[in-house]
Amino acid sequence: MYADKFQKSIAAVEAAREQNIAYEPQRMTAQEKVDLLAAYHPDYRKDEFAELKVGPNKGEKVPTELAEVLQAHSRITADSVDLTQPDYDVDVLVIGAGGAGTSAAIEAHEAGANVMIVTKLRMGDANTMMAEGGIQAADKPNDSPAIHFVDAFGGGHFAAKRELLSKLVCDAPEAIQWLSSLGVEFDKEADGTMVTTHGGGTSRKRMHACKDYSGAEIMRTLRDEVLNRQIPVVDFTSAIELILDENGNAAGAVLLNMETKDLLVAKAKTVIIATGGAGRMHYQGFPTSNHYGATADGLVLGYRVGAKLLYADTLQYHPTGAAYPEQIFGALVTEKVRSLGAKLVNMDGTVFVHPLETRDVCAAAIIRECNDRGNGIETGNGMGVWLDTPMIEKIGGEGTIERRIPAMMRMFGKYGIDIRKEPILVYPTLHYQNGGLDITPDGMTTNVKNLFVAGEAVGGIHGRNRLMGNSLLDIIVFGRNAGQSAAVAAKDTTVGQLTLNHIDRFEDELAAAGVSTDMVSPKLLPNYTKQASI
Amino acid sequence: MEKMVNIFLFGKKYEVPENLTIMTAMEYAGYQLVRGCGCRNGFCGACATIYRIKGDRELKACLACQTKVEDNMYIATLPFFPLVKQVYDINKVKTNEAVMMQLYPEIYACVGCNACTKACTQELNVMQYIAYAQRGDFEKCAEESFDCVMCGVCSSRCPAGISHPQVAMLARRINGKYLAPGCGHLEDRVREIKDGDFKELIEALMAKPVEELKELYNNREIEK
Repeated sequence: MYADKFQKSIAAVEAAREQNIAYEPQRMTAQEKVDLLAAYHPDYRKDEFAELKVGPNKGEKVPTELAEVLQAHSRITADSVDLTQPDYDVDVLVIGAGGAGTSAAIEAHEAGANVMIVTKLRMGDANTMMAEGGIQAADKPNDSPAIHFVDAFGGGHFAAKRELLSKLVCDAPEAIQWLSSLGVEFDKEADGTMVTTHGGGTSRKRMHACKDYSGAEIMRTLRDEVLNRQIPVVDFTSAIELILDENGNAAGAVLLNMETKDLLVAKAKTVIIATGGAGRMHYQGFPTSNHYGATADGLVLGYRVGAKLLYADTLQYHPTGAAYPEQIFGALVTEKVRSLGAKLVNMDGTVFVHPLETRDVCAAAIIRECNDRGNGIETGNGMGVWLDTPMIEKIGGEGTIERRIPAMMRMFGKYGIDIRKEPILVYPTLHYQNGGLDITPDGMTTNVKNLFVAGEAVGGIHGRNRLMGNSLLDIIVFGRNAGQSAAVAAKDTTVGQLTLNHIDRFEDELAAAGVSTDMVSPKLLPNYTKQASI
Repeated sequence: MEKMVNIFLFGKKYEVPENLTIMTAMEYAGYQLVRGCGCRNGFCGACATIYRIKGDRELKACLACQTKVEDNMYIATLPFFPLVKQVYDINKVKTNEAVMMQLYPEIYACVGCNACTKACTQELNVMQYIAYAQRGDFEKCAEESFDCVMCGVCSSRCPAGISHPQVAMLARRINGKYLAPGCGHLEDRVREIKDGDFKELIEALMAKPVEELKELYNNREIEK
């Protein structure tokens, strides 16, 4: 139940509901999208970006907050760690235990490698767990990997690395099959046909889901499988610096126990960075839908040893973060809500954008509606627009919401808002790191041997915007791929003498470039304490 | 001025704004969380918490990230609970109740007190899904337990020592792999890709200049 100040606007939304359900809004032309993004999308705000002064992407611009951690000091000095007595010595070291890291570990284990996982929080504390809407795969008769390729390539503004994207779409059906074979419960018809819907920017209904707990269902299953295989998982332990060998190949990591602050050394023939995203960097002051540990650690680790970034200047702002109530400010409202028929409407009850434009376009349209046209609703925390959820019940019949998006119903229900009967307030939230470390199709970085990357820490698979459902897909496809490749590479690898010489080298570069900072990185966790904000 | 309430974190009193969640109230008080904080959105189960309102007999359980503070709330977080997770091979596991007798026999010692259901942070009917597991009805157990975030509060209240979330996890995996209907169109597509049916099409796309791909994208037919 909303406060009185919202009631007038809600009445307008209700009055227009029948008409809005029937109304099919125009999709924007290519030029309209270009103009809208340039004017309103946060990626285009030049004053929020800084030029990198050092490293392989020197001269390129990235978000100011990212530049700060990429060009910060190491948390350690080379002489503070004894590399001669490693605490762990393995074939494959996986850093991060979300969907990509666990998929990689399972496949490396399957290939016979001695693999271990190290993770900053618990296994499964990851954006994968929070992915609600679904996972794409072109497995219906009216669809094909080629159509999926065109959808994703266009949605990403024709910037994706084609060889990565083609792998993503061609391996997609097998990824679904693999997950099913592990016991993931996809929504199916009685005859086994997958229940699939559209996502923003898809031309075929290829979104597979597990209600609106899609990522959680995948994550808990992968976690269970890692435990069944008894793959060692060192939790509450963060990689804070990569270790190279004397030949410049990745050969392990320095680890920090998050609770005792003990330092440990893991030696490995191959290393997989699967550290995820960066929402908790709060670029441009945005709230985020990401989990607590999403602080771009992998980008920092990779960049300091010389691995290249690709498209680190592009972020995804999910159009529908919760704008109200404040307790869930920034939390994800799954795109599936729009897939099921809910439309975005302004304070007067007018539909102002096609609900299934790509995420960047929808987000920019909402920002325009609120900040420029003055048609947003003041929430008490800022602005928002309505996402008219009761439309779903009218279109799909009573019970659709409880059956298909129970997590959304629960999240708002806790604050007295029944999304079956009342619309919800949304505004864009920082959701996904489109860019990341640059890889070849085998998952290895383009310029540091034996350093692999999988999941959100990779750049280039999606280009400059990502379609819904292609991230859960990418963590599975490229997670498995990295695990398989790393296991193979480990067989041919003899690790030379371990070094942390790159730390001093990077310090010298910083000094030469005149970068002066007190900051150390990776950031590891955000600090939300009252004391930190003073 | 925002209204303040008194809460007691592990017994110690703090004054915090009334609109905060338990999690953000802890941070407001000065806790830099490492344990007991994960997704902050109600999906990961990291922040299981028990509390009692002063003067109230009932002990309540919740997720700290999804629950507003109340005046005179006595709060203790439960960032870890020692659930029993049995190791098994999903490819060799039995698919009827025999697997439960083998791996989680303690479920048959359920005394029917329903403390698990009362404690569930997701308001699931926990005792009911354990009953389904007992009789090998894994489809119903999977359905009933689907929204479980594995926070472990149910198990902390169980006099029979049952690890409910792990029992449900096993049931869901068996249901997903063996009991749910197979998917013909998925198998067909995987085979077609393996046979190279789309190879030429994809290679042709890969070789096209961007302008042609833009044409294709901007004029594609969108399924209704």
